[in-house]
Parts: sequence; C-alpha cells; structure tokens
Amino acid sequence: MTDIASPATGRPALSGVVGRLPEYLMIWVPLLLSAAHLISFSLWTIWISFTPSTLVPVTGWVGMRNYTAVLASRNWQIAFDNLLLFGSAFVLLSLVTGLMLAILLDQRIRGENVLRSIFLYPLAVSFVVTGTVWSWLLNPGIGIQKLVHDLGWTSFRFDWLVDRDMAIWTIVIAAIWQSSGFAMALFLAGLRSVDADIIKAAQIDGAGPVRTYWRVILPTLWPITITVIVVQLQFAISAFDLVRALTNGGPGIATQLPALVVYDLMFQRSQLGRGAAAAVLMLLILLAVLLPYAAWRYVQRRRATHA
Amino acid sequence: MRERTFAPSRLLIYLVVSLIAAAYLAPLVVVVLNSLRTNEEIAQASMIGWPQQWAWSNYARAWSGFCVAETCAGIRPYMLNSALVTIPATIISTLLGAIAGYAVSLWRFRGDNWIYGIVTLGLFLPQQMRLLPWTIVLRDIGLINTLTGLVLIHTIQGLSFTTLFCRNYYVAIPHELIRAARIDGAGFFRIFWRIILPLSAPILIVTVIWQFTHIWNEFLYGVTFTTGQQQPVTAALIALSAAIADIPQHGVQSAAVIIAALPTLLIYLLGGRYFVRGLTAGAVK
Repeated sequence: MTDIASPATGRPALSGVVGRLPEYLMIWVPLLLSAAHLISFSLWTIWISFTPSTLVPVTGWVGMRNYTAVLASRNWQIAFDNLLLFGSAFVLLSLVTGLMLAILLDQRIRGENVLRSIFLYPLAVSFVVTGTVWSWLLNPGIGIQKLVHDLGWTSFRFDWLVDRDMAIWTIVIAAIWQSSGFAMALFLAGLRSVDADIIKAAQIDGAGPVRTYWRVILPTLWPITITVIVVQLQFAISAFDLVRALTNGGPGIATQLPALVVYDLMFQRSQLGRGAAAAVLMLLILLAVLLPYAAWRYVQRRRATHA
Repeated sequence: MRERTFAPSRLLIYLVVSLIAAAYLAPLVVVVLNSLRTNEEIAQASMIGWPQQWAWSNYARAWSGFCVAETCAGIRPYMLNSALVTIPATIISTLLGAIAGYAVSLWRFRGDNWIYGIVTLGLFLPQQMRLLPWTIVLRDIGLINTLTGLVLIHTIQGLSFTTLFCRNYYVAIPHELIRAARIDGAGFFRIFWRIILPLSAPILIVTVIWQFTHIWNEFLYGVTFTTGQQQPVTAALIALSAAIADIPQHGVQSAAVIIAALPTLLIYLLGGRYFVRGLTAGAVK
C-alpha cells in the first residue's frame, strides 16, 4: 500500500480544502451514502425485529418474542426445511452439471463459443421470465405432461408442480437450468489455467484421459469449487423471484422459502416486527455460510503471501 | 489436449453436448413458438407445439393491447418504466463507481480501506434487510411509488458492485503514471479525465452490462416500492399472469415474456464476453 500523496495526510490549508471541495464531494458522498445506508439500514431492521411493530414501525421492546414466533410458525419451519433441501440439491446438482459441461467444452470441440453462449444465456434473463416459462412447461395441464398425453402415452405423469411433496424439485430444476452455466464458466476458466506441464507429465506416466482428470486436473479445482458453492448458496438463501413466478410458494405453502416468508410477513400480513425478525434470520443463515468462507479466504491469502 | 480425431468417443462428446444444449434452448424455443400461436390453438393442444397459423398479432396485443386490471395498454408502459429506471441508474452508478474506484485504488485517502470494505458488504447483504428502511425512507422523502425512487435505490445499491469492479481494475494501473501526472500539476479530476477514463473502456463496458442486466431483471424492489402504473416490467409480468389466470391467454403472455426479456438478451448477444467477465469478477471478489 504505497500512499502516494494522499490529500488527507498533510492536513491541507483551508483554501486547499475549498478548492478541492468538488473532489471531496465526488469521493465521499457516494461512498458515505452507500456505507451509511448499509450499516444504518441493517441496524434499523435489527431494531425493528425487537419491537412490537405490526402495521407501522413503533418503538417498544419485546425481546425475542418476534423471533420465537417466527421460529415456531409452520410457515418458517417449512421454509427452512425447503431451504435445506433446495439449497443442497441445487448446489450439488449445479456443481455436477457445471463441471460436466466445463469438461466437455474443454475437449477442443468445434463451436465451443456458441455452446458456451447457449449454456450461459439463461443468466441474462430475469428469474421472473424463466420462472413463468417453467411454470408453463411443468404445469401438467398445458406443459410436458399434456404433450406426452397428446402423443398417445396417456398414463405418463409429470405433475410435480401440483404435488406437495415434489413441488420443491420444480424449483431445483429451474434453478439448475438457469445458473449451472455460472459454475461452468468458472470451472472452464479453472481448467484452462491448469499448468500444461503437469498434464503432460501425467500423460507421460501413462495416465489416460479419465485418470488425468480425476487425479491431476480436478484436485486443482477445489478452490473454485468452494467459490461456486458459496455463490450458489448465497443465491439459494435469498431466492425469491424464481419461486414467486414459478410456484408462488404453493401448492399451499409446500414451496415456501425464507425470502417469501419475509415478504409475506412484512407486506401481506403487516407483521413488520416478525418480518424483520425473519429477515435477520435470513442474514444469520447467510453469515453461517459466508463467515467460514471469509476465514478460509483469509487463510488462503496469508498462505499465498507467505509462500 | 488431444489431436482432433473422430473416434467414437468424440462423437459421443458431441452427442452429449448437443443434447444438453438442446435442453438449454428448449424453453426459449417453446416460448418463441408459443408467442406465434393463437390462444385457442394452445388451449386445444399444449404449450409445446408448432404454430398452425402464425399469430403475429400476439405481439401487437402484448405490446399495447391486453388489459391488466382496468388498464388496457399492454406491456408498453411497463417497458418504458423499466427503461426509465434502468438507464439512468446504470449510467449514474457506473460513473460514481468509476470515480470511487479510482479514488480508493489510486488516490488513497484516510479511511479508504474501511469505507471500501463496508461498501463491498453490499454484495452480500440480503435485500430483505433493507426493505423496511427503504420503504420508510422513500415514504418520508415522497419518492414511494415513483420511478425516481427506484433510480435512487438502484444507484446507491449498485455502487457496491460498480466500485468493486472499477477498483479491482484500477489497482493494476501503475502508480508511477499518477505520480508523474501529479508532478505535472494535474489534479484529481484532470487525471481521471485524461489518464484513467481513456484506459477504462473494458471495465466500463463490463460494469454497464452488469448493472443494466441486474436492474432490468430486478423484481423485489419493483414489486415492493411501486404499484399499478408505476411498476417495472418484471413486476407487471407477475401481475399480468395473476390477472388473466382465469382465462389464460398463453400466446399473448408468451409474446409479453419475450418482449420483456429482449433488452437483456440482446445485450448478452452483443456483449457476451463482457457479461461473463462481470459474472466471474463478481464471484471472485
């Protein structure tokens, strides 16, 4: 960190300060606004979560009552269970899909650019659009099931969208379709940066392509894997648009997720205190993922600088 | 890794890749075809099928004809809303982010690491933690249910990303360049304008594409802070499918979905390389 002529170190004279007012404003106002809103809004939400606010925010203190109420509600319990299932299934399957796509594209195939664009385009489209489209495809009355029925196989069933036990898997399908391209992009970059000499050495040792991948190349990808897992978990924890468009939490509350519970409490049931508590719970779930990741990154960096 | 041969294993690779690619394209193809089928035709068969007669009128109706609630203006006003929010918020947040990124990377000032660290927390903090405070603040300053309010939110929230992108790009610029310019008497803005900005084209493209795509596709803020005629197109699409759930008009709805997705899809087609760079830059914070 070389400190090149920082204007703040030398306590400039007042005339200098006035002359530099535009630049101070341009530097500080946006940064301060951004930082201040992040901190104060978070604290504000945390504070509301301890008040008896319902329709409007009010002062007062109810301790943990909002938290116990949210945690005891069936809505939250289902949302949390769904998050565990959706989060792990989505992250695992999109890792597998992304890695498979990356390995396939790494085989010097023709049309790699076109294929890569195809696997990544869903990321450019809003979750509202993709959720809506998947809700049509997976709707047994008009989608894939209807098509297969019309083709003559009338006993075919694919009605997860309206099946309480299976509906959460429709969200897994749509989410994988939409964002496994992201895992692919990161893995492909990782594969391309593997040292060619290591690969050559393995081949000289007589390792076939499968063995080379399994023993030599894939082990170098684990830092990328962790990054992909964390980013995808972050998405899963705050998933809202996709579920809103695809199932809207239904059938019943079978596909409820934390972000939907927050919205429901805050803006549909006018339970601001409980909604804020649910938002803080979401933040805690996120921190349970991000803090270990941050610690791991810190250790990695220290190791890199010491080596 | 190997020579290009056409061994059976390579054929298998092509087969698998093509099948997966088809699966990724299928939903898009289905919607495009549906947008050209009449509502009656879809109702008789399924969502998946080849148009019997090309119903181009779906697009006209989706754009300016069909009714949501009592207003029959199609998707056009909501597309306009999205554009009026996305374009200013993208430009302002990118410009301010470039200046902030330049300041924290090359101009160093007291507390810069601290404030930069806090700003980047915005990448992780869930939107839900900010919903209530934004509602209250927007109501107090009279911007609730206005496009200006959404521009304000997206600008301030976007700063976390734009500052990060630009800062990470600018740290690679040699400090000697700045030092030399300072010795020549150039100030903060002059250096930015004359030296930094001409070097910034790649990162500005990445940032603009990232911001545009995210703000255009954003839904939660749109649906929370605006209602009715003020909603962006993502929120309007949800309202549309709820409003015509009784008498589905899947042909028109498909056309509306295509129109709503078109701006970001076009940008992706034109600047895919920069889009991917933004994705990976956002991930490897």
